[in-house]
Amino acid sequence: MTSVDETLLRALVPTVIGVLVRRGAPFAAAEDAVQEALVKALTSWPDDPPAHPRAWLVTVAWRSFIDASRSEGARRDRELRLELEPEPGAVSDADDTLQLYFLCAHPKLTSSSAVALTLRAVGGLTTRQIARAYLVPEATMAQRISRAKRTIADTRLTEPGDPATVLRVLYLVFNEGYSGDLDLAAEAIRLTRQLASVSADEEVAGLLALMLLHHARRPARRLPDGTLVPLAEQDRSLWDTGLIAEGVDLLQGALARDRLGEFQAQAAIAALHADASRVEETDWVQIVEWYDELVRLTDSPIARLNRAVAVGEADGPRAGLAQLDELDPALPRHTAALAHLHERAGDRRVAAALYAQAAGLASNTAERDHLMRQAARLGQSAGLA
Amino acid sequence: MAKYLLLKHYRGAPKGVNDHPMHEWTPEEVTNHIQYMHDWSARLEQTGEFVDGQALSPDGTFVRSDGEGRPPITDGPFAETKDLIAGWMVIDVDSWERALEVAGELSAAPGYGGKPIHEWLEIRPFLTEPPTVTE
Repeated sequence: MTSVDETLLRALVPTVIGVLVRRGAPFAAAEDAVQEALVKALTSWPDDPPAHPRAWLVTVAWRSFIDASRSEGARRDRELRLELEPEPGAVSDADDTLQLYFLCAHPKLTSSSAVALTLRAVGGLTTRQIARAYLVPEATMAQRISRAKRTIADTRLTEPGDPATVLRVLYLVFNEGYSGDLDLAAEAIRLTRQLASVSADEEVAGLLALMLLHHARRPARRLPDGTLVPLAEQDRSLWDTGLIAEGVDLLQGALARDRLGEFQAQAAIAALHADASRVEETDWVQIVEWYDELVRLTDSPIARLNRAVAVGEADGPRAGLAQLDELDPALPRHTAALAHLHERAGDRRVAAALYAQAAGLASNTAERDHLMRQAARLGQSAGLA
Repeated sequence: MAKYLLLKHYRGAPKGVNDHPMHEWTPEEVTNHIQYMHDWSARLEQTGEFVDGQALSPDGTFVRSDGEGRPPITDGPFAETKDLIAGWMVIDVDSWERALEVAGELSAAPGYGGKPIHEWLEIRPFLTEPPTVTE
């Protein structure tokens, strides 16, 4: 018994869906059939690996589609359609794959449906794997996916799409990180790589660079017990230099084409952090300039908040506090940023109280615990504890 | 997507609009109430937003350690406590607004006199994993 190369298997899924659709299967039925073939492959390939994995998947999925059509009593229609269906010629696998990304990230879908459908139809994951990654029951995830497919039932696979919606979905998957059994960050990188291989869009390269540069830091981001280590305190020798080099290369290639977008700007910020082998060497002035670009491109209040923190490093904490003062205090991490800048300015008592307050506002346990430890550290040294 | 906990209280929530103890309802009203809750869960399963739902017995007790080598000690039942949880639902939805919307639907379950009870539900966000990109 050999183990199945799941990555190879998954990479075949979008092209096999494309083959079925070109042969005349509606997208929703084709996707179901390929999912069934995928589940069969995962159980039968270890004992009986096929000589031609792709052909195997096409055959099994097509048979499954035919069976499903028969049981729906649509046999005659389907056979008629088959007779008329011309053999595919000019359409390539790459086109199919790109169209699938667009379809699964269709603007009609909610972000959670788009994420689920992308992971299944483009990512080749099973419903069970996706459900476990997002910590919901398999039945719930199955419903989310079939509902998503109904929503886009009238959309043709050949309809042109907007790369920005696809990138948003992949970014969401990446940012979800590692919550269940499945490494969603790695999965997002795989899907973005696959997208970059069929699209020359600068922002696709920008997003891939951003992911690689952040993924490079992952070994340093948590202690073995799960404790969050902030960027400034990370052991930079643990950063993956191979991923950093690849990310920087991609980014430089994209920036050279002079069509800046938000992901390239974010990647540029990550690259400047990656470039500093010690935190003291960080080029904060350039980072502030990139945040200016990011604010210009997105007008995002989160970007303004991060910019204020960078200004605090470039021009001193008072300057950063002045910037923060102009932002909505209800922004996520506003209080945490305030605490950090007050500590840098030497107001330890104020900072301790703000850290404690920020811990209460944190949206995740790792950040909450980190902020509480900061509050405890300052409180103790200021004689407050 | 974000997960939220909806808490139903036996005691401790503000008084609902149509607030009568269940034993004063007719059997049909009880049946309709329970059916409404099932339908609500089934709808959320259909929309891919349902995670979990459990009812709790009002029995139980507080318990705490009494130090090494000693058995844990209990304090209860809850007769004196002002807050008593009756059950929970966990939903996984796209927005806070959507969470409020489905909680509102649950709160409108029919009760005494066949009218919606408009009970107060407690809604609490889950703490999540930290995002990968933070700067």
